[in-house]
Amino acid sequence: MFESLTEKLTGALRSLRGTGALTEANMADALKEVRAALLSADVHFTVARDFIARVQAACVGQAVLKSVSPGQQVVKIINDELVKLLGEGTTELAAKRPLKVLMVGLHGSGKTTSTAKLGKLLKKKGARPFVVGCDIYRPAAIDQLEILAKQEELGFYSDRVTKDVPALGTTGLATALAQNADVILFDTAGRLQIDTDLIEEVKKLKAAVTPDEIILVADGALGQEAVNVAKAFHDALGLTGLILTKLDGDTRGGAALSIKSVTGVPIKFIGVGEKTADFEPFYPERLASRILGMGDVVSLVERA
Amino acid sequence: MFSLFKKFKEGLTKTVSAIAAKTQGLFGGRKIDAASLDELEEALYTADFGVETTTEILAEIKQAYKKDPALQGRQAAEIGVAVLRRVLEGSEGRLDVVAGTGKPQVIAMIGVNGSGKTTTTAKLAHKFKIDGQSVLVAACDTFRAAAVEQLKSWATRLELDIVASHTGADSAAVAFDAWQAAKSRGKDWLIVDTAGRLHTKANLMEELAKIRRVLQKNDPAAPQHRWLVVDGSLGANSIEQAKVFHQSFGLTGLIVTKLDGTSRGGAVVGIWRQLKIPIYFIGLGEQPEDLQPFSAENYARAIFGLE
Ligand SMILES: Nc1nc2c(ncn2[C@@H]2O[C@H](COP(=O)(O)OP(=O)(O)OP(=O)(O)O)[C@@H](O)[C@H]2O)c(=O)[nH]1
Ligand SMILES: Nc1nc2c(ncn2[C@@H]2O[C@H](COP(=O)(O)OP(=O)(O)OP(=O)(O)O)[C@@H](O)[C@H]2O)c(=O)[nH]1
Ligand SMILES: [Mg+2]
Ligand SMILES: [Mg+2]
Repeated sequence: MFESLTEKLTGALRSLRGTGALTEANMADALKEVRAALLSADVHFTVARDFIARVQAACVGQAVLKSVSPGQQVVKIINDELVKLLGEGTTELAAKRPLKVLMVGLHGSGKTTSTAKLGKLLKKKGARPFVVGCDIYRPAAIDQLEILAKQEELGFYSDRVTKDVPALGTTGLATALAQNADVILFDTAGRLQIDTDLIEEVKKLKAAVTPDEIILVADGALGQEAVNVAKAFHDALGLTGLILTKLDGDTRGGAALSIKSVTGVPIKFIGVGEKTADFEPFYPERLASRILGMGDVVSLVERA
Repeated sequence: MFSLFKKFKEGLTKTVSAIAAKTQGLFGGRKIDAASLDELEEALYTADFGVETTTEILAEIKQAYKKDPALQGRQAAEIGVAVLRRVLEGSEGRLDVVAGTGKPQVIAMIGVNGSGKTTTTAKLAHKFKIDGQSVLVAACDTFRAAAVEQLKSWATRLELDIVASHTGADSAAVAFDAWQAAKSRGKDWLIVDTAGRLHTKANLMEELAKIRRVLQKNDPAAPQHRWLVVDGSLGANSIEQAKVFHQSFGLTGLIVTKLDGTSRGGAVVGIWRQLKIPIYFIGLGEQPEDLQPFSAENYARAIFGLE
């Protein structure tokens, strides 16, 4: 399935060989194939449509290169557009110290694990990270974070009795600062973007601890829903970054393009496994070829 | 029973309003036209139905529209429901003792990370208890931090019998012990919660096979029920997941979780089309009672915003 787009495109554009330039008309079949590829990679319907329009605008008028097939040429242009879009913005976290980071997202997306992963990474870079467990709802969510914090030797605070999440956050922050921590990570409960009570709660938590970074942790295999989720979390909280998880599987990860398109917020890290070390900086080139289901063509065109 | 149905509807109401909002007017009294057909296509794609199901529904509505240019939105919706109902025929799983096998009936909950296995284990055990059947749960996720504590905490809250060990223990040994305990206590059901694993990881898939082999030392038919818990907000990758889990473990059922959000779980229709694994329950929240039997009719009507 992964290589099929390249093949299909090559077929769809074979007839272009020898024609002078790419036009809207002679690219129509090829762009149909691209659309199908994006949709099957779970890119949101309207995001895919807008993206195709962008690519079309970028292609029209370009001379057909002699050394590569027009199909390959179009793939290259698409890939470049995709890399540009995915890679906008900085993948670095703010350098400010103390740095306060709020982790938010849907249920089971990987917030708690990513909190520990991020703590571990920053510790390795010399920071003194501290994690605050703000998920008072899910059974044993606090235990999970505490175990991971202990394992990675991160500072930890939570409260198993309180029902007041913003107050918990405030106390956690004060405790962290008193212990001389310089990065404070707040793990929150999973919540639906349409759950108004829980969205209100996390807004209050934000007001209480005034985070410098608000990171949406999203499952890399999310479907069309990604757009609604990202938009609502962004509107409610003003996201500053994304972490995409579970990319160690074979998902094409089109949700990343959807989320990026509707929020404009940079993708900062990716999760590539259950272990706390399975965490990497984000490289737009890799994700672009994964979404498109190709890789070799780009380097082929690069060399031509 | 009425309240269950109502809950199902409430859960899917948000789903419905999302799709109905997209196709506003389309499914009302308005006449179909080219623009509303485009809106319909968009609505179907954004429900994660994928190319095949979307094309099929659209084709039938377009055909009817061609025959009758005065076709109303409501009639188009009825056609959509009919197509979906036909596609989903036979997809409703109804839980029964597997013929020729004894007690305990074993249900293995499997799936990728974070799909809802542990929560569903608790919800289902709760349901059995309410229905007057006896159940024991086994905490066979000995890998993830506090996974054992999570199920134990549910067991305390819902007063469930549980067999658990500690993180790092042999998951197959826990399953073996749990079966023995369920047998000696005369339980009707044993629900085995397993660790989340991506289908692409051969070593972790092998661990599942080991749990199965060990259970079969007790009862060659166990686990009679091998259910994949699918996160309803995921896209096409769910189909890949199901294929691989099915190949290596022989799935007998599906559970779709997190349908209380605005996602429509359309990828599961794709799983059903390709693998014909019945859907038993849908998850509509984090509370014990938020688990409902799957109804194809309700699902189809909810998708198109029909009562
Ligand atoms: N394979 C893989 N699994 C991951 C990754 N990140 C997290 N997980 C797993 O996904 C599951 C859910 O992760 P959690 O960190 O508990 O997710 P969460 O968002 O905190 O969940 P809730 O608090 O219940 O909303 C666990 O089984 C994790 O081990 C990843 O990058 N790859
Ligand atoms: N809204 C909603 N949340 C759910 C539903 N089912 C489970 N959850 C939540 O999803 C998250 C993950 O659920 P778990 O039961 O821990 O998932 P799991 O498959 O056992 O996860 P791992 O063992 O880490 O692979 C938790 O926050 C649950 O509360 C559901 O139907 N609706
Ligand atoms: Mg968590
Ligand atoms: Mg679990």
